[in-house]
Amino acid sequence: MNVNSNSYTYGFAIALVVAVAAALSIAATSLKPMQDANVALEKKSDILSSIGLSSEDPASLYAQVIKEQVVLVNGLVVEGVSPDAVDMAKAVALPETERQTPLYVAESEGKTYYIIPVRGKGLWGPIWGYISLNEDGTSVYGATFGHKSETPGLGAEITTEFFTGQFPGKVVYSDSYTGIEVRKGDASGDQQVDGISGGTITSVGVQYMLENCLKPYQAYLKSRGSVPAAAPADADTTVTVATL
Amino acid sequence: MSSEVKTQEKEALFSKKNRRLFVDPFNENNPITVQVLGICSALAITVKMKPALVMGLSVTVVLAAANVLTSLLRNLIPNRIRIIVQLVVVAALVILVDQVLKAFVYDVSKQLSVFVGLIITNCIIMGRIEAFSLGNTPWKSFLDGLGNGAAYAAILLVVAFFRELLGSGTLFEYPVLEALGVYELGYKNNGMMLLPPMALIVVALIIWVQRAKTPSLIEKE
Repeated sequence: MNVNSNSYTYGFAIALVVAVAAALSIAATSLKPMQDANVALEKKSDILSSIGLSSEDPASLYAQVIKEQVVLVNGLVVEGVSPDAVDMAKAVALPETERQTPLYVAESEGKTYYIIPVRGKGLWGPIWGYISLNEDGTSVYGATFGHKSETPGLGAEITTEFFTGQFPGKVVYSDSYTGIEVRKGDASGDQQVDGISGGTITSVGVQYMLENCLKPYQAYLKSRGSVPAAAPADADTTVTVATL
Repeated sequence: MSSEVKTQEKEALFSKKNRRLFVDPFNENNPITVQVLGICSALAITVKMKPALVMGLSVTVVLAAANVLTSLLRNLIPNRIRIIVQLVVVAALVILVDQVLKAFVYDVSKQLSVFVGLIITNCIIMGRIEAFSLGNTPWKSFLDGLGNGAAYAAILLVVAFFRELLGSGTLFEYPVLEALGVYELGYKNNGMMLLPPMALIVVALIIWVQRAKTPSLIEKE
């Protein structure tokens, strides 16, 4: 057989590609459940780290700390929907009043925290994070950010302590959403944080992400006021949205 | 793997020649310090020992497997598309490794992120396939791949050892220097060790030591 003939070359190439494609799809399908479990665990660990907690076993700590998980639409609780089922990428693209917005309520050492997942656009791809608010529902307790493909050393620095460490204490709501401005240079104000040098687009992306994602929660957080999470105070704000 | 060996030359599995295939890359034929291949990844993932170890293992697995596969196919591969065939084989193996890492050691796979994908472009792999496995039996190619991969991993670990110890004061995340109490004597971590250029300098120092100790590597005037 002539290994260098045209027809053999084509045949070999096609056979090889088909074999490789089959092998890879089998591997991808069979490993998917384990990969998904890892991603879910990482999410729990991220949520915990937004209120300054970490553990070797995030799943059990999460179960202990997170007291309540709700999904809101236009500030009202939607029953029967798990926050984990909300596709953040799709949700944040919808108008504020129509989208599903998940909220996690955590209790740690006698204090209540509201944890809000956020998602937006960086320079190269999606960025996301979790913002935890204090019991008053207006000031930030902690923040964590993640990204898919921001530039290491520049945009990717949003995950570092230098950046996230500036968020605690910032006030995001007064009468309306006051916003957090990610700016260059002096950022001593209540609504300002210092951006990343060389990572301007990512930094601005964080600002828009926060604005877009935090706004819809204000009404609900206000309605809860400083009522402890355990009290059934939100019963009257519960509606069932049949169209979902 | 050894069951697939074709004993064409009636040679013992671990004959002296075969053992040299495995051992040589550790010194006289080291892919990093002598052939100066795979330098990019040596810079990128040697800040900490754990990712360096995982990267070394991944490259070893990919290289050994790619060598065996291309060696098995060596008489079937049409010469005109052999580079593309090599790339397809290597890329498939790398994607497999990436998927396995994501499933079993998720945090490490996140740290390695883009570098796992870049194993495909690691010159050591294409170099060994093109130079060795296309002309040798699967068993020999396997040994060659294992040897080169392990030698690559060994250099990564040595570099990572110095960078992690001097840069972060830890080894495999264990705070060695803190345990020894040197911080109380006024010692501080050298942040420069964490920057990529220091990897080059450490590699250069290794090359220097190796050349001084190995007469066969010293160029004659």
